[in-house]
Parts: sequence; structure tokens; C-alpha cells
Amino acid sequence: MSEASGPVLIAPEERPIRQVALLLWRDKFAFVAAAYLSIVAFFAVFGPWLVGDLATSLNLRLRNAPPGSIEHGWAFVLGADALGRSILARLIVASQNTLGIAAAAVCAAMICGGTLGLIAGYVGKWPGAIIMRFTDVLMSFPSLLLALVVLFVFEPGVKNVIIVLAITRIPIYLRTTRAEVLEIRERMFVTAARVMGAGSIRIVLRHVVPIVAPTLVTIAAIDFALVMLAESALSFLGVGIQPPEFTWGAMVALGRNYLGSAWWLAFWPGLAIMLTTLALNLLSSWARMATDPTQRWRLEITDKYDG
Amino acid sequence: MAEAPYRHLLEVRDLTVEFHTSVGTIRAVDGISYHVDRGETLAILGESGSGKSVEAAAILNLIDTPPGYITGGEILYHGEDLLQMSAEQRREINGRQIAMIFQDTLAHLNPVYSVGWQIAETFRAHNQCSPSEAETRAIELLGRVGIPDPQMRAGQYPHQFSGGQRQRVMIAMALALEPDLLIADEPTTALDVTVQAQILDLLKRLQTEEGMGVVLITHDLGVAADMADRIAVMHSGKIVEQGTVEQVFRDPQHSYTQRLMNAIPGRVEDPDHEAPDIEAAPPLLQVHDVVKHYEVTSGLLRRSTGQVVRAVDGVTFDLAAGETLGVVGESGSGKSTLGRTILRLEEPTGGTITYRSHDLLALSGADLLAFRRKVQVVFQDPYSSLNPRMSVAAIVSEPWSIHRDVVPRREWNDRVIDLLERVGLQPDHARRYPHQFSGGQRQRIAIARALALQPELIVCDEAVSALDVSIQAQVIELLAELRDEMGLAYIFIAHDLHVVEHFADRVLVMQAGRIVEQGTSAQIFAAPKHSYTQALLAASPVPDPAVQAERRRNSLTPAIAS
Repeated sequence: MSEASGPVLIAPEERPIRQVALLLWRDKFAFVAAAYLSIVAFFAVFGPWLVGDLATSLNLRLRNAPPGSIEHGWAFVLGADALGRSILARLIVASQNTLGIAAAAVCAAMICGGTLGLIAGYVGKWPGAIIMRFTDVLMSFPSLLLALVVLFVFEPGVKNVIIVLAITRIPIYLRTTRAEVLEIRERMFVTAARVMGAGSIRIVLRHVVPIVAPTLVTIAAIDFALVMLAESALSFLGVGIQPPEFTWGAMVALGRNYLGSAWWLAFWPGLAIMLTTLALNLLSSWARMATDPTQRWRLEITDKYDG
Repeated sequence: MAEAPYRHLLEVRDLTVEFHTSVGTIRAVDGISYHVDRGETLAILGESGSGKSVEAAAILNLIDTPPGYITGGEILYHGEDLLQMSAEQRREINGRQIAMIFQDTLAHLNPVYSVGWQIAETFRAHNQCSPSEAETRAIELLGRVGIPDPQMRAGQYPHQFSGGQRQRVMIAMALALEPDLLIADEPTTALDVTVQAQILDLLKRLQTEEGMGVVLITHDLGVAADMADRIAVMHSGKIVEQGTVEQVFRDPQHSYTQRLMNAIPGRVEDPDHEAPDIEAAPPLLQVHDVVKHYEVTSGLLRRSTGQVVRAVDGVTFDLAAGETLGVVGESGSGKSTLGRTILRLEEPTGGTITYRSHDLLALSGADLLAFRRKVQVVFQDPYSSLNPRMSVAAIVSEPWSIHRDVVPRREWNDRVIDLLERVGLQPDHARRYPHQFSGGQRQRIAIARALALQPELIVCDEAVSALDVSIQAQVIELLAELRDEMGLAYIFIAHDLHVVEHFADRVLVMQAGRIVEQGTSAQIFAAPKHSYTQALLAASPVPDPAVQAERRRNSLTPAIAS
């Protein structure tokens, strides 16, 4: 943030990576969450390559095989689906699509919403007014309904799902950014920078963005989960990802038909969605604290006096 | 309290309060002992962080546990130890027998209830009387503390009262149940001097009428000299000196008290400094008939109501290079707006400002940037004037990254360290963040940043008002030193006349957007001509008990409600 363009004067006492690791270790929940997310991220990147065809190879003898037995090999420890495909392998392969879509949608929404919010807040006047009315229009539609309509008209696919999800999430970032910018630009250090002769771009990049960014990242982490659920809902309704591509949401949708006879078909992908959501929330609340120099001490406390 | 009345109204013995924090256990109050009798005022004098407010909170059971723990001592009220009592018993005593008033009246009054309701609340909480009677008594109390038209005002809400009036309301609440002991925590710190004088008058009068004991917590030596019978000086959790007002002021024993007495702002003597001759050189800055009006708008369409607030109303003055100009006025006098106009942060409604014979208001682009290099600012609030996410090094070097030609990048490191040492900080402070510094240190960082471009003029907008007296004196001393070394000119905006007394060459006194008096500071302080200047001087308490007693006898302060 501020270090990127500022001068590095004296090396900090500890290496940043070590320090982050230390702060993470202090918050046990966040540490577990981070560990879980790194495993998921690892599978999202290397999963398809590691698992190979296992996720798509049919084995009709193992249709709806129950979980908990390793009789057919480790791949079937979580059971098999209606076509006898390994659920574990499918979970691993699906993580790439699921996380990829959510990450892309959230990043796009954060960048677009953040930029528009900065303009609306810092410039104000008529550009601000136009941007705000645009968000009002977006917000007045239920986002899932909007996504449904758009995907019904256009061809459902990974790219369109990302675009639709991103657009529906923009207002959250936009409004938050604008509100924060309105407050920050009245602060004394912004005035001091103006007296020094700093231009608008400099003030926005050096003084406003570093203070807004942690808030946006926190929202993004929570939003990541929301987007994942929205994508699942779309897949569940059949307008999201189309076969042969699949995501956790699509797996839940498939498992729906067998809820009475083979609960594990929907349960494992559902659990994966829930755990990822939970982990992101835990990690984001930790990150908010760790990035704020005035809050960091809370993580540095060793005694547990406060309950 | 069946037995014979105890010697003292309140006696604190060896009280110790500890806070458990991330950096270990802090003793905020470290074994202090004192007592207060009926009808007596004890001033607890100390700077921020000395533990004086924590000690008062302990008496009223207001310490948050955790992180705070009372680890030792006794608080005897009429000879009974408050610390041994049940929460029930203490609630009974709080409000009814021991009452408290606070500094920040806006935060301590509930904005959604009417003032009359909040005063009546005290009666209701202690089941004193019927609701309708409570209301009549609340109105009576408002009248007693000098609120005009109490019947009507009782129905109004806190934001409709001025700061001084809100403090009167707080006093009315505290006095509702005729307490034996009143604890006043910095009751007048947030108020203008003339209002402060009125509130102190009121407290003094009510104390004589009621015969209460008063514990007055303050950092202001003048207020202590004015109000107290006895003084206890607190420093880092301990009482370092205790005695009658005359003893402590005339003959301070402890080295900290002596330092405090010498640190009274305005006593900064600067013999090297000579006021520049205004006539000789062309002035650095010429302000001519500057006017700044704000239109009052209302409704959805922000239509003008035709009303105009005249924040600055025809101000004219010259400033020579190297001169220090004090601008003094109470809140709302337009002094800060004037400062912002000179900095080109506000466009004036009318008038001209000339800087080195360039029309300041017409500057733009590169010319404006060049002007920005020459004129810098130091603000009042050292908490918000530094970006909390930038390290000190980044803050101080920021001007150089805006004006690229001043200092080459590879020299930044050394120059930052130079500047930090210049303003009295350590080189290794460079990598820390603003929240790790005290108020005075932050103000030094802000000064270092202002100096980075080697300006000709620094506008100090209440630059020391938020600081403790001894720190104020240090910062002013630093400013005076820098002035002599670098030939700086200052526009020093303050609400406290005494701060500028010895520091400024010339003083402007502003009231309601106009300059009511200007002259050299010797003239203004020795022989103020305008009645407002006289009132200002008379209202600000002098840290000298004898002078204050004399003043009280002559009763210079008129008894008008603020």
C-alpha cells in the first residue's frame, strides 16, 4: 500500500512474511481457516492435473456407493455419485471452477465498484449523481432475479456467469467506498496534503485508497462466499454452469434427486461450500485487524485478561 | 452512618488502580492518598496520562473491569469504605451523595431525550418524587444554573444548547439531589475563556450555597489557582505534591511541580528574536478586505434562504517576512476560516490577498504549486492531521515526492532523520506509525513535515491547543527556535491570548468575523483598548492564586448566561 511508492528508509525489525505468519498464529481460528483455504487453493490450481480422468470416468458398478469405506480405493472414501464417479475427485476438480468464478466475479466487482465509488465520493457533482442513480437502479432489482433473466436471455457459461455475478455485486462496493471517501477527504491529513500541493490523483492513491482498501477487502471476503452461493443457486436452477463443466453448486443440484436414498451426493459439496465460506469470514476479520496499525496490538496480546 | 461524623467527607488511602494491557500491567494510579472536607475545593492537577481521571472514576465505580482493577487502598466516604460496599449500596450513593460532571457535554448528554427529561431522570432513578414533581424540580434547577427561560428550554434537546449551556445542564443534573461531594472532571476545558469564567463562577456560587466538597480535576493551572483551596499535583500515577494553593504556587517543592509552573505558556522568553520592521521591506503577505460569506440553504433543492453567515467580514492586515502574527478569537470568530482562505483552501467571497506582490487568488497550475512550496500548515488536532497508515518517514518525505526538484530521492533518508532531530525526535522514530506517539510528538512530526519544503510562512491553526501546558511550552519554544534559524513567518491562530503573549510580534483580536483590535503584543497585553479584548484578558484565569482572589473580589466577569 503506502510502502509501495514510499521510500524504504530503514528495514523493519522483522521480515514482513515472518510477522504475518506470527500474527496469523496468534489467532488460532484464522490460522486453521488459512490452512484450509491453502489446501483448497492448491487443489483448485493443481487438482485437475492430479486427479486426471478419475472425476469423469464412469463405474456403473459403484453407483451411489456409500461413503466411509476404502474397499474401492481412497478415491471412493466419500462415496460415488449416481454414475459411479468418485465424489472426492469431483470435489477436487470442481474447486477450480467454483473458486475461479467466485474470485473473478468478486475481483471484478471490487475493482469496478471501488473505482466508481472513488469517483462518486471524491469528485461528486454530476458524475457522482449519475453513478449513484445507476447503483440505485441496480440495487432495486433482486440480484438473483437479475442474474436469472440475463442468463436466460444470453447463453449460460462460465464467462457470462462471472459477468452477471460481478455486476450484481458492484453496488455494495460502490456505496461503501463512496461513504468512506466522503469522510476521509475531510480529514486533516488530506487538507495538509492539499496545502503541500498534492494533486487529486495523488491524494486519492496515497491517502484515500490505502484507508478504504482494507474495508473493501473485508467485504470481498464475505462477498466471496455470497457469490459462491449465488453461483450454486444458478447452477442449481440450471442456468449457471452447463455440463460437462461442473461446480460444487452443480454437484449439489445433481444430488438433489437422490436426497432420500443417497444423501452424500449433495452433502459433501454442500459441506465444502460452507467450510470455504466460514474460513473466508474468519480470515477476513483477522486481516482487517492485522492490516490496521492501530488495531494490530489486539493480535499481539499474549495474556488473556479480556474474556 | 450512625456513629459520629467522620473527620473528612472523603478520604482516599493508598489507592492503586492497575490496567492489564498487551504491554504488561500499567499502574494508572499508584498508591495515592488525599482527603476532601465539606465546603472545600481540592484541585487535582495533572497532565494527560497522569491518572487523574482514572482516580475519579474509581470513586464512582466507573472503571471498566477488565482491563482495570483496583488492587489496593481504601476510599472512605464519611468513614465507610466504598470499595467494600455492594453494587446496590454504591448506586445509592452515586448521584445522591456523590455527583460528577464531565468535560465532553455533548457525549454525556443523551441526544434523543429533552434536557428537562434527563434532569428529571435523576429524581426518577432514586425514586424521589412523582413524575410531575420531578419535572417542576428540573425546571427549577435549570433556572438555578442560569439558563434563561427554563420552562421553554427544558423541552429542548442537547444540540440546541451551546457548549457552555450544556455544561450548565450537566451541573444541574449533578446538583439535582443536593450531593455532598461533586467531582468535576475538566469541566471547562472544551469551553471558550469567557464562558469558562462564567461556569467557574457558577460552580463557586453553588458550592457556597450548598456547602459541598468539590474535587476539581484539571490540567489548567489558572483554573486551579482560581478555584482551589488545596491542590494535589499528580504525575504518572502518584501525587507528588499536596498543599494549600498558596504553598504550591508560591513555593513548589517537587521538581515536577516546579517544571509545571515554569512551563506556563507565554513565559517563553526569546531574547534573540527581534520583530522585523514592517515598514522597511515590502510585506510578504497582504490581506485586504477579505470577506467570506456562507449562504444558509434549506430544503431538498438547497435553495438559499437569503440568510448569510459572515464567517470573515472585511479583514485587512499585512505580514512581513519573518514576522509572527497571532490571531486570537473565540470559537466562531472566523479565525480558522481566515487561515484556510490564506492557504487557498477556501475561496473568499470578496477582497484580495497578495503574496510577494502576486495575486494569490489568481494563481493556478505551476504558480500555485510554487506558492504551496512556500506556505505550509500545522493543524490543531495531531490525531487526524497525520495519515494513520503511513510511517513517519513516509509522512515527512511526502512533500518531496510532490515537489520532485527539492531533494533528490537518495538523500531522503538522511534528510528525514535531520528533520526529525531538528524537531526533537529520534532517528529511529522514522519507521514507526503515528498512533505510537503522544500528542506533542505528533505535533512535532507535523512540524517536521511543514519544514520539509523550507517554507517562508507557516500557518499554525490552534497548533498547541490540544496539548498539555508543559508540552505547549515545548512546542512553542521549538517554533520560536525554528523561526530564528530559518527566518520563518508564522500566522499563529489561537483561542488563548496567553499562548501568544510572548511568542507573537503582533496580535489581531477577532470577534464575529471582524478584527476588533490589532497591535504589537506588548500594546495588546499592557493596554487593551477594545472592550472585547479587555473581557478576553480578564476572563482567562491567571495561574496565580493571589491575582485570582483579587479578581474575584472585584468580580470582573459579568454574570450573563452563555
